[in-house]
Amino acid sequence: MWKFIHQLASPPHFFRLAARMLPWLVLPGLLLVGYATYAGLFLAPADYQQGDAFRIIYVHVPSAYLSMLAYMIMAVSAGIGLIWRIKLSHAVAAAAAPIGAWFTFLALATGSIWGKPMWGTWWEWGDPRLTSELIMLFLYFGYMALRGAIDDTTKADKSSAVLALVGAVNVPIIHFSVEWWSSLHQGATLVKKGGPAMDPAMLYPLLAMILGFTLLFGALLLRRVRAEVLFRERRTRWVKELILSGKGPN
Amino acid sequence: MEGMSMGGYGAYVWTCFTLAAVVFVICEWRARLRLRQVYRDIEVRIKALGDTQ
Repeated sequence: MWKFIHQLASPPHFFRLAARMLPWLVLPGLLLVGYATYAGLFLAPADYQQGDAFRIIYVHVPSAYLSMLAYMIMAVSAGIGLIWRIKLSHAVAAAAAPIGAWFTFLALATGSIWGKPMWGTWWEWGDPRLTSELIMLFLYFGYMALRGAIDDTTKADKSSAVLALVGAVNVPIIHFSVEWWSSLHQGATLVKKGGPAMDPAMLYPLLAMILGFTLLFGALLLRRVRAEVLFRERRTRWVKELILSGKGPN
Repeated sequence: MEGMSMGGYGAYVWTCFTLAAVVFVICEWRARLRLRQVYRDIEVRIKALGDTQ
């Protein structure tokens, strides 16, 4: 077990392993997203209250979930890098930030587009779920700006790791905001006592979409981490050998 | 055509799905571009070092 973890943390081993893993994430991810898109748009029945506008959840819920998952990956990796000084952890944290920011933007945008026909407004400042999600987008921006502002990679890793860890407190706030405070946003539908409060015809495409988004997110993350690893290891012998072999980065 | 109108919510629903596709394409493109840029920069540096030696 420890040998496997030790090997995984080795940059050249990870670089090669990640390349081999990519097709195993992309192909099932695309299949699941394809099925879920078709089933969510055309097979699932319209909601009795929201009509067809409810179909927005098939992209809103997975992107909101990934926005939080990406932040947790970033914060945990940054924490591991800070405590155990594993270089690969900082690379993972740095790679997760831009992807997380894009999915947070997607969650906010699709939520806003859903809010217009359902709530009659694009945005509601008093809503804790919306505001805390927006704060997370700013945390991603802050993390990336801090990294970009420091030339020394080691110093950038340490400073941004502290910010990522402090900002992690926002993740449970986002998740529980609909329970802790009065919110326009609906409460938990999938993760709740007594099981999901959805008809299977609506639920299965949503679960497939969440899984599909997660696999594609994993592929995006691996690609980004590979670039980050290559950059950080640019002066090492294995990178020189890789370049001289002429095989290319893929 | 009726399926596309989504009961009058078509503009909202299709915009969201299109936006999701665009975000995935941008993320994929940026990730590939970054990897290629880093690879090319190192390649140029190694070649330059080789030329001077």
